[in-house]
Amino acid sequence: MSGRQEDIVICRCEEITLGEIREWIAKGYETFDELKRVLRVGMGPCQGRGCREMILREISAKTGAPMADIDPGTFRPPAKPVKLAVLAEGGDK
Amino acid sequence: MSATLEAASLGCHVTLVDSDLALGGQLIKQTHKFFGSKDERAGTRGFKISEILLEELNSYKGTVEVHTNCTATGFYKEDGVVSCVIGEDEYFRIKPEKIVMATGAQERLLPFPNNHLPGVYGAGAVQTLMNVYGVVPGKKVLMVGAGNIGLIVSYQLMQAGVEIAGIVEAMDKVGGYWVHAAKTRRLGVPIYLRHTIREALGDKIVEGAVIQEIDDRFQPTGKEIKIDADVICMAVGLTPTCELLWQAGCEMVFVPQLCGHVAQRDLFMRTSHKDIWVAGDASGIEEASAAMVEGRIAGVGVAKALGHGEASEHSGRLEEFKRRLADLRGGEVGQKICQGISCCTVNEWGV
Repeated sequence: MSGRQEDIVICRCEEITLGEIREWIAKGYETFDELKRVLRVGMGPCQGRGCREMILREISAKTGAPMADIDPGTFRPPAKPVKLAVLAEGGDK
Repeated sequence: MSATLEAASLGCHVTLVDSDLALGGQLIKQTHKFFGSKDERAGTRGFKISEILLEELNSYKGTVEVHTNCTATGFYKEDGVVSCVIGEDEYFRIKPEKIVMATGAQERLLPFPNNHLPGVYGAGAVQTLMNVYGVVPGKKVLMVGAGNIGLIVSYQLMQAGVEIAGIVEAMDKVGGYWVHAAKTRRLGVPIYLRHTIREALGDKIVEGAVIQEIDDRFQPTGKEIKIDADVICMAVGLTPTCELLWQAGCEMVFVPQLCGHVAQRDLFMRTSHKDIWVAGDASGIEEASAAMVEGRIAGVGVAKALGHGEASEHSGRLEEFKRRLADLRGGEVGQKICQGISCCTVNEWGV
């Protein structure tokens, strides 16, 4: 069962598994933003809506830090994908 | 919608953007009758409540502009501009004087092997499929979570002729209302308390699941039970959707009773950002009735800040809405919510 656990896909957009996330937490990457930089978790179309909480819980479980103390990372616009062509057209209102 | 109505009733011009195709949020898929108090239309079905609100909204045609299928994708704190995308091909920017962020919630997921297989659904998705589009998700469903959503969706699946293989609940008692649990039990659905889902079975699609009893520390113990099902429906809770609040730099705090990070707010639901209010599930997971009252409060708050309406009217309405919230939060669940809210409420923002 434990091998199967490692294969669970946590970030579906970037296809990052629980095993990969655990491996990098063990190396000392203990914040969401650090994991984002090395693994691209939360950088796909859903911008972390699906995986952020599961990753924060994993960090909490591995480091012993309570959820309240774990930085959920930086949020930047846009919150969902926007086509560049649409952006280029401007859109003043 | 509630915030819009309240603000409009005091004379504000409102632009309402919603990412769904129809206004009403979760109400449009809620075919069950509401509980709570008479003030909040207890006994009325959810989708009927959204119709009532929509009708009320139509009386403000001159001052309320509505965009559906329109997502607010960004708040730029440098200049207060909000970017919006209608569908995928139309983009506009708008600079409102005040903003109410009532962005709702997202469904929680659980990590277990094969949870990516087609056939693993969130309960909200199942409700949308069935109650909005009239499509059943499968033939035999394993429900994970015995809170109100898990119980109600199970019952609605059965009404649509879908078999429920069982309801799995990690706690040692049913989380939802007794009446909802009783309805499913009377139809012979097993409820597995102190159990969790270990994995989904299947090669290309869901063919079943393995569930297992858990101990006091939620660790699996005892024998594994194999369940046949072509759908696994996850009803394990929601978490507030707050991307825009984070982008705006609002002060946020993690409150377990409200199911995640939420914005700190004052009594009018104003956040630490002087131009941003919050309401509904985005401010903490609670029932729809309370969300609507909070929306009303935020609407009054915005009108007050913009100088619309008399001071006595603002305070009068606030008192009325506070009383209605207190009614809704009278029970055991309400106590937990009130504890949570006390962790993120300030009396007044020092400006």
